[in-house]
Amino acid sequence: MLLRKVSQSSALCGSILRIPPVLSGGQRHTGAVVAVQNARLYASQAAEAVLEKPAAVGSDTASKVEKKTVAAESKSFAVNIFKGQIATAQVFPYPSALNEEQEQFLRELVGPVGKFFEEVNDPAKNDTLEKVEDHTMEGLKEMGAFGLQVPADLGGLGLSNTQYARLVEIVGSHDLGVGITLGAHQSIGFKGILLFGNPAQKEKYLPKLATGEHIAAFCLTEPASGSDAASIKTTAVQSPCGQYFTLNGSKIWISNGGLAEIFTVFAKTPMKDPKTGEMKDKISAFIVERSFGGVTHGPPEKKMGIKASNTAEVYFDNVRVPADCLLTEVGGGFKVAMNILNNGRFGMAAALSGTMKGVITKAVDHAANRTQFGNKIHNYGVIQEKMARMTMLQYVTESMAYMISGNMDSGATEFQIEAAISKIFASEAAWTVTDECIQIMGGMGFMKDAGVERVMRDLRIFRIFEGTNDILRLFVALNGFQNAGNQLKSLQKALKNPLGNAGLLAGELTKRAKRKAGLSTGLTLQGTVHPQLAQSGELTTKAIEQFGAVIEELLIKHGKKIIDEQFVLKRVADTAIDLYAMVVVLSRASRSLSQGNASAQHEKMLCETWCVEAHDRIMQDIKSLRSSQSRQLFKNLRAISSAVVENGGVVAPHPLGF
Amino acid sequence: MSGRVLVGVKRVIDYAVKIRVKPDNSSVVTDGVKHSMNPFCEIAVEEAVKMKEKKLIKEVVAVSCGPQQAQETIRTALAMGADRGIHVEVTGKDYETLGPLQISKIMAALAKKEEAQLIILGKQAIDDDCNQTGQMTAALLDWPQGTFASEVSLEGDKIKVVREVDGGLETIKINVPAVITADLRLNTPRYATLPNIMKAKKKKIANMKPADLGVDITSRLEVLRVDEPPQRQAGVKVETVEDLVSKLKEAGLV
Repeated sequence: MLLRKVSQSSALCGSILRIPPVLSGGQRHTGAVVAVQNARLYASQAAEAVLEKPAAVGSDTASKVEKKTVAAESKSFAVNIFKGQIATAQVFPYPSALNEEQEQFLRELVGPVGKFFEEVNDPAKNDTLEKVEDHTMEGLKEMGAFGLQVPADLGGLGLSNTQYARLVEIVGSHDLGVGITLGAHQSIGFKGILLFGNPAQKEKYLPKLATGEHIAAFCLTEPASGSDAASIKTTAVQSPCGQYFTLNGSKIWISNGGLAEIFTVFAKTPMKDPKTGEMKDKISAFIVERSFGGVTHGPPEKKMGIKASNTAEVYFDNVRVPADCLLTEVGGGFKVAMNILNNGRFGMAAALSGTMKGVITKAVDHAANRTQFGNKIHNYGVIQEKMARMTMLQYVTESMAYMISGNMDSGATEFQIEAAISKIFASEAAWTVTDECIQIMGGMGFMKDAGVERVMRDLRIFRIFEGTNDILRLFVALNGFQNAGNQLKSLQKALKNPLGNAGLLAGELTKRAKRKAGLSTGLTLQGTVHPQLAQSGELTTKAIEQFGAVIEELLIKHGKKIIDEQFVLKRVADTAIDLYAMVVVLSRASRSLSQGNASAQHEKMLCETWCVEAHDRIMQDIKSLRSSQSRQLFKNLRAISSAVVENGGVVAPHPLGF
Repeated sequence: MSGRVLVGVKRVIDYAVKIRVKPDNSSVVTDGVKHSMNPFCEIAVEEAVKMKEKKLIKEVVAVSCGPQQAQETIRTALAMGADRGIHVEVTGKDYETLGPLQISKIMAALAKKEEAQLIILGKQAIDDDCNQTGQMTAALLDWPQGTFASEVSLEGDKIKVVREVDGGLETIKINVPAVITADLRLNTPRYATLPNIMKAKKKKIANMKPADLGVDITSRLEVLRVDEPPQRQAGVKVETVEDLVSKLKEAGLV
């Protein structure tokens, strides 16, 4: 009876039974996982690498991934929306990850750091000189700014992620060039030692790094390997005696490359595959000291922005690296790299939320004082819309940054999608907000003295480095698809034994039928969000339901080929980003209302406005993902691009004919 | 001279904040307003810490009188290099009426209790601009005083103080123990570094009440009213000197 029901239901039929062979059981891996294993995309490898536990020893990564995701239900909100589910553990209530002592300590730190940046650091000077002024560097070192997260017993401040975020926010609001100098040093430069170093390595290197006596740099990118990090060509060949590695290669665009003494370098190490016995090249991570000899660097690059930050090429010429400078083990380098980047991403959102705050203050100051056509310009609708949007973008970014840092401090292990989302959102929001600030300020905004054009130039790189936003979008989408695909696979398994899984199947049947009919499937945020935000909660729930449905449809339609459908992946990622944004503001505004903050009503307005517009965007994207017209559109876009590439430039002849 | 220095530090509204008067004209708004250490007190702390670094004195004790939040100010002093703190707890109405006379009584009592050889204070606080505490403290203790100090040097059992006075600079030599009040050009206070703030967490702050020191803090002053300074009025333009003189005569000014 159930079987008949199942086969008769067109909804379930379409979604489960008529799946392409790649998704059927019998194979060891789901289509999505196989795709991940085979593809050479950064995104998929990143997904694979990040999902592994750091302790994993060179085993079959794909099966490990499968085991992990099938075994444990993910707590991550972003992972679950791809399945049309709402996992509230990490998003409600808005985390408060500081105990009384940590909060008091942080309060004491905020003053001196702010004072230093207001009175000592001169961002305009740093920008003109294209370096951080010497006395400022000294002051930062004395202040302890170079070892914020190094444990106190090794000479640092031992700050938690939330405390670090709060301080980095101050830096971001004053001088991003200095922010990158500090970030390249501690957020990625020696983070590998913090996360993966053995006790001997930590004791040897961290104390001098914490005081800033030694500066660190993160060396991954090469002339031919940017987003495609797995294709790096720098080599580290182990000596026959096993005591050292010989490092050869060159890295480009290394922040602090000209200043650093300690480098975290990623290189290909030839190693024997334990199963097949053949020699393979896998990436390994090394701590390399300039004093090893053979390490040189090029002149500082001339950049559009963050000019105060030193960016240089670094060359490794037969550098002898002792074997105990290896981080984790041979072949573990890619994982190290992805984890380092993942771990530091929340810092970017925090810094940029500070940048936006600073820039909004400038815009407000101008709009409140500038009179044109007889009124202060803040009275005009056009200006009001700009200011409101800037405020909402800053509110969302800030909410994301501290939610993620709060999650990390509470011990969450799954935050890579959220971290990626926050980096994408923060970098694009900051660009838009600063751009609008210049627009509000008019000609003044364009002038150096106002200090905003410098911020604009500094911001451009944030959409590019530490994982380009384009790649991170693919990562968000593919990671989500992979998890959803696994769930689909377990449903398949259940179908093989329908009587034993009658309850599960009946539930899934009903769910899909309801979804197709546009009815609610019982998913709700009522009771989780504050009653005054019920409507926004409803919008979010509806959007998540539809998102889950469209993800399933896409998986079934494309199977493992989904990884090549970048037009689709981008839109999927945009929707996931909007969904996370909705939920973080719901969470934060709910908390404000519950706590009866003075700003609660204002925050409610920010939340409601954001949710309405985000919901509309999401529905639009989902519609286009389902429509056949967009398939044609994507085909057109592809064709236009091919034509232009073939022609070496625009194809259409000049309107004048010559 | 090797001994103990008491430094008084006052928690005041931050110098950059725009001051607002309460609607009932009883005082200024302090709730939710940014507070920090009085700038002249910072200079005083800096001087004391420098003396300790030069090994001229043994211990720097930071003192503050006020409610719970006064401890933040003491911690800032500890982060700058003071060795320990004393928080004299005064709250509520008593705190609102706390002034130089009461503070100087407390400082005098503490100086005796702690056997201090030097008291360094800021020359005045930026909220009340009294410029009295240092002088009163010296009088109560019958100690010499070097006020408006722009340079202090210890010479054996005497202190040479260069004072900034209206006529220029005056150099005096006073005996120890003494009271010194710091003026603007005495030194440039160091920035509290984050590692020092962390170390300061381990330094002790002792808690006590004025009664424990046998000090009566009832105020002999009553504030009747607080007003903002009058708005600057627009001036009047005149064409000729005669007009100017007649206008001045009208106003009864000549």
